[in-house]
Parts: sequence; structure tokens; C-alpha cells
Amino acid sequence: MEKKLPTIEIIEKYCKGCHICVEFCPKQVLEMRGFVVAVKDLEACIKCMQCELRCPDFAIKVTA
Amino acid sequence: MAKKVAFLQGNEAAAHGALYAGCKFFGGYPITPSTEVAEVMSAELPKVGGKFIQMEDEIGAMAALIGASLTGTKVLTSTSGPGLSLKQENIGYACITEVPCVIFNVMRGGPSTGMPTGPSQSDVMCAKWGTHGDHPAICLVPASVQEVFEETVRAFNLAEKYRTPVMIMPDEIVAHMRERIVFPEPGELEVIDRTGPSVPPEQYKPYDTSFGDIPPLAAFGSGYKFHVTGLNKMQDGFPTTKAEIVQAEEERQVRKVEANKADIMKWEEYLVDDAEIVVVAFGSTSRSARFAVDEARKAGIKAGLFRLITFWPFPEERLLELSKKVKAFISPEMNLGMCAGVIKGCIEGNAPVLGIFRVDGEPVNPGQILDKMKEVK
Amino acid sequence: MSFDYDKWIRPGKLPHIWCPGCGHGIVMKGLIRALDTLQLKKENTAIVSGIGCASRLPGYMDCCTLHTAHGRAAAFATGVKMARPDMNVILCGGDGDGTAIGGNHFIHACRRNIDMTYIIMNNKIYGMTGGQFSPCTPTGDKASTTPYGNPDPGFDIAKLAIGAGASFVARGTAFHANQIDKLIAEAIQHKGFSVVEILDDCPTTYGRRNKYKSVIEMMNKLKEIAVPVKAAEKMDPEQLKGKVLTGVLYKEDKPEYCEQYQKVIERAQGAAK
Repeated sequence: MEKKLPTIEIIEKYCKGCHICVEFCPKQVLEMRGFVVAVKDLEACIKCMQCELRCPDFAIKVTA
Repeated sequence: MAKKVAFLQGNEAAAHGALYAGCKFFGGYPITPSTEVAEVMSAELPKVGGKFIQMEDEIGAMAALIGASLTGTKVLTSTSGPGLSLKQENIGYACITEVPCVIFNVMRGGPSTGMPTGPSQSDVMCAKWGTHGDHPAICLVPASVQEVFEETVRAFNLAEKYRTPVMIMPDEIVAHMRERIVFPEPGELEVIDRTGPSVPPEQYKPYDTSFGDIPPLAAFGSGYKFHVTGLNKMQDGFPTTKAEIVQAEEERQVRKVEANKADIMKWEEYLVDDAEIVVVAFGSTSRSARFAVDEARKAGIKAGLFRLITFWPFPEERLLELSKKVKAFISPEMNLGMCAGVIKGCIEGNAPVLGIFRVDGEPVNPGQILDKMKEVK
Repeated sequence: MSFDYDKWIRPGKLPHIWCPGCGHGIVMKGLIRALDTLQLKKENTAIVSGIGCASRLPGYMDCCTLHTAHGRAAAFATGVKMARPDMNVILCGGDGDGTAIGGNHFIHACRRNIDMTYIIMNNKIYGMTGGQFSPCTPTGDKASTTPYGNPDPGFDIAKLAIGAGASFVARGTAFHANQIDKLIAEAIQHKGFSVVEILDDCPTTYGRRNKYKSVIEMMNKLKEIAVPVKAAEKMDPEQLKGKVLTGVLYKEDKPEYCEQYQKVIERAQGAAK
């Protein structure tokens, strides 16, 4: 059965590269690429929304 | 029907003048010799559904005033020298944010605590340069109880019309002296309300100069959302450091008063037309001066009185004109030459300015002025 | 589902000015969720601040916003609320702004119990001016003006607010992001002066001087020291050493200032008749 993947939208011009989302993601979905965050492993996402909640910069939107 | 007549102090007249103008909010802090204004407002404002608040300090009083004014309310505070020093921070805020408010400051001895019950006229420069930065200044200096009432109404009109703080500064003598006052009927004196926005909320900008130098001011809570900041700002109210915008906005703010001086300035000339000696005076000192001028005329001295009712903006052009035909100006004042300095600054050295400066808590008396006239050759 | 913060933010105002990892953005998101939950009307909501990093928050919010002078938010806001008691008035700012230069206005707003909500972002430092110690910097800590360690004892903002008469006092942290909106919403709903202290982080000017290797370390510290009020009840003083209580710390029903003034109006008008 095919798993329905969420959408993780990164607004790069808002991201200041603080690492908070990367660090507090329980499934290591995100990683830093240069100064901004990027999705490394979307399949691992459990839609807990921690990254969106904690991002101080309004730079992440997770749509289930 | 006969008009209502009363026997009032200048301070009480200020409170009644404010109510006549439609003031609905007073924020203050007790300070001698202006406290009676707060006392009358605390009794009278709630009767008309207005709000009186005694704040924790002078700074807070000025801040509350601006907050209340932003809801579209006409606002007043009263204070005296040390309180005026504290209020300067937020007077500057009201200047840059262009929020109407009226500050009634009774001039007592200074600097610092000085002489709390002694009269003075030494806050006039503080009215113009007290807060930092370039900004417009309007300061009214009434000389009688009746005039305190009328000039307080005018102070509200100027504040609302030009979106700026307006100071009204009687000396302690005018503030505490009791005189007969005839209350104007409603409608007898002009009462001006601020201009509200004519555009819908989504098009509104709080500093929209397409409406001229004095942009309409919307009220918080009236459906208009906007930003107010003490930072240099753009027309939409948001901060900027763009050189050309900051320059233009600062110049416009000062121009609001400079370009409308004719509307704001008020003075009275008494026997000035043929005068060889012109006494320039304001507040209670002008009453001594008028007596001295009358005495001088009896003695054959061609003296006249130029009584300032608006101190800022200062009637530079008229004094320059007079300076070309008089032998001397005399500037009696309860400070060490503040007004004399301003006169000198605008008459291009055309005539000497003789000063009578008292800072001992005593009024300048007519005899001193007469003696000074006799020194003029 | 993604939360739509954009509908509360003024178009074109992001990115905000705060440094990477600064918790102010997390607090702002909490405030937005609270306003959204309560369905407050933007046009009827005033957000008032003083000066400092945290005081830049109102500029981003699509409401009636007032960015005032240093420390004066509570006094300006009192004027707004007195003149228009029907408006929702929310204050925000930092610890230096609110408890040093604004300390007098703060305690008197508490005392009057005027119906406003004050969100204090406590990062224990003056960030905007480059990291000078504030009244909330712990003794011994480093700041740009305490190069040998801070000799001053710090304020406990919540105790200060309770002592001064605030009728609702809560504390959260920037780490406990999902609690912030709930605390703020409850504070706004409370009739009276409510204070919500959010323990925040300033990685740029505080963390770096006080041996925090990263933002993450600062966030984990907040996680480590926070103890919910309920949990603390079952802990002994030894276990609570170095901890900070979070949640609703104090709540009391008492007369609200604007309502009290309304009675003054009624008395004055009754006397006039």
C-alpha cells in the first residue's frame, strides 16, 4: 500500500539556519544544506509538526 | 439669558477650557503649582463620561495621554517644570508620531525642584528644545484667567488641526491668580476636531502626504489597523532609515507649524504704532508692562507693549519690522533672558534689547520697567 | 494541518529582524495561535510594546499596533484601554524594557488590575544594544557590562507581578512551544491584568558569553529547568533546586480597573443629577 506523504514546505528566504527544526525532529527528516534547512527524508516524517511549531522564523509549513 | 460668570484660578479655568473643547481624557501626576487642573478634571470628566487617571509618574501620564489620543479622544495633562522635564521623552514621541495632545505646564522656579510655589517664565525654551531632535513646537502663554480658558480651547484646536502636541504655559501667577471669568456659550468659541480618514481601511496610511502636510489620523478601534512607532517612519507608518524619506518626513513635520505660522501665532500690540520703546512681554509680566507703558505715556515717553500670546512659533517677522523704527526693545521676564535672546535672534541688530531678568521668585514690577525705559537714549 | 500564521501577519513584513535561534518568533507564533483560537477581531485588538528586540513584535502583527518608547508600553496601553475598554489590549516586550526602565509602569498596571495581557519575553539580557546585563540576568553571569560576572541579584518576574497585584500570572518557555498559545489565550480571557512570562533564549548576546555552545543547548536548558506547577507539588525543595515553575502560577478574581472607573462615572453622574 502506498503511504501518503506530507508536504514540507521550506520558505528559504525566511530560514535563518538556527538548526532548531533539525535538532527537535524525532525522525531526522530535516538537514542543513548550507545556511538553510532542507528535507532529507520525507518518508520518515510522522507529521508531528514539531518543526513547524518550533521554527522561530515562520519558515516551515507541514501539510499532511 | 445672562452668561455664566465665575471667580476662578487660572488652573481651574484651564480645566473648564479643556472641557469646553471636548477633552475626554486626562492623565496626570500631582505637582505644584498645577495640581488644581487635575483636581477639577477628576471631578468633572466622569460627569461627561470622560476618563481621569492619575498615573504612577509624569512619564506614564504623558504615555497614557498618547495612548488615549490614538483612540480618537481629546486629551490633556497638566504639570510643572520638573514634570515637564520628565514628559519630554514622550512629547518627542507625540511629535514624531503626530498624535494630538495638550500639555498644560505651569512655570515655577527651576532648574530641578527650584521654587515649587514661586513664579517663573523659564520653561519657554524647554517648550521648543526640551525633547531631543528636530520637531515642531507650539507654545501658548496666556496672561489672564479668561485668556487661560480661551487659549486652552485654542490649544486643543491647534493640536487636533496640526496633529501635534501643544503646550500652554502660564506662569505660576496667572495659574493661581483668581479673576472674574465669563464662560463662553457653547458654539461661541470655535472647536476643531481632528480630520479622520476619507479612504477605506485597506487604503489608509497614517502619514499619507497625498492629503497634504497634515495627514488624516484614524482612531484605534474604529476599523482601521495601522502601525505607530517612534522610529523614523514611512507614509505607511513602518520604520525606515532611507535617507530621502527620513529627510522629507522630518522637514514635513516641522513645516506643519512653520508654514502655518500666520494661523497659529497670536499677539497683542498696545500703543505700538508710534512707540519708540517697545516692551515685549508675556504672561503676568505683560500686566506689569502694560501698567508701566501707561505710566510712561503719562510722563511723555513713547512706549508700547508687544504682548506675546503665542511664544512658539515666535513672531519674528513682525518684531524685525518694528526693530527698524524703534529706539529699543525692553524684555522683562522671570528668567535670565530667554525671550530677550529670541528677540535678538530675529531683529538683525537693528535695535538694542534691554533686559529685566528676575529669577528670585518675585514678579517684575512696573517700576523696574519704567526705570529701564528711562535708560533708553 | 499546517497553521496559517500568514492571516495574522502583515504582508511583506517577514523575515523578521530576530537573530537565528532567537525564541521571540516562537512566542509570536504562540500569540498568533492564541488570537486565532479566541477569534479576536484584528481591528479591535491593540498590541503595544516598548523598545528592544521583543518590542519589535507588534510591527509584524496585522492589528492596531503601537511601538512606543523604552519601558513605556504599560503606560501607553493603559491610555488605550481606559479610553476604549472594549478593545483587547496586549502588551509585549523584553525583561529589560519591562522590569528596569519600565518597572514602575509594570507594577502599577499590576496594581490597578486593568484588563490587559502582558507577554514578557525574558531572555535575561539587553539584546538589541549588544548584551548588557538586565534585572533578570542571574548573579555571576557574563554580559558586556559585567565582564567579571554579574554582581546584581535578579528579579523573579512572576513573584514581582503577583506581589504588585496582577490577578493572573503564568510562565512558559520558548522550548515548550505548544504551551505558549494556551497560556496566552487563558491570560487574555482572564478579566484583569495578566502577565505571561516566557523564558526565552538570546543565543547571540547571552548564550555565547555564558558558555552555551549552541541554540540547541539553550533550548535544552529551558527544557531541563522547567517544572510544571502540578508536578512541583509532589517534589521536595532539594529536587526543585535550580528549577523554574511553569504553567498558571497565580489566578484570582478581583475588581478590574475599567469596571471600577465605570462606577466612578456612575457616581459622578448620579451626584450631578
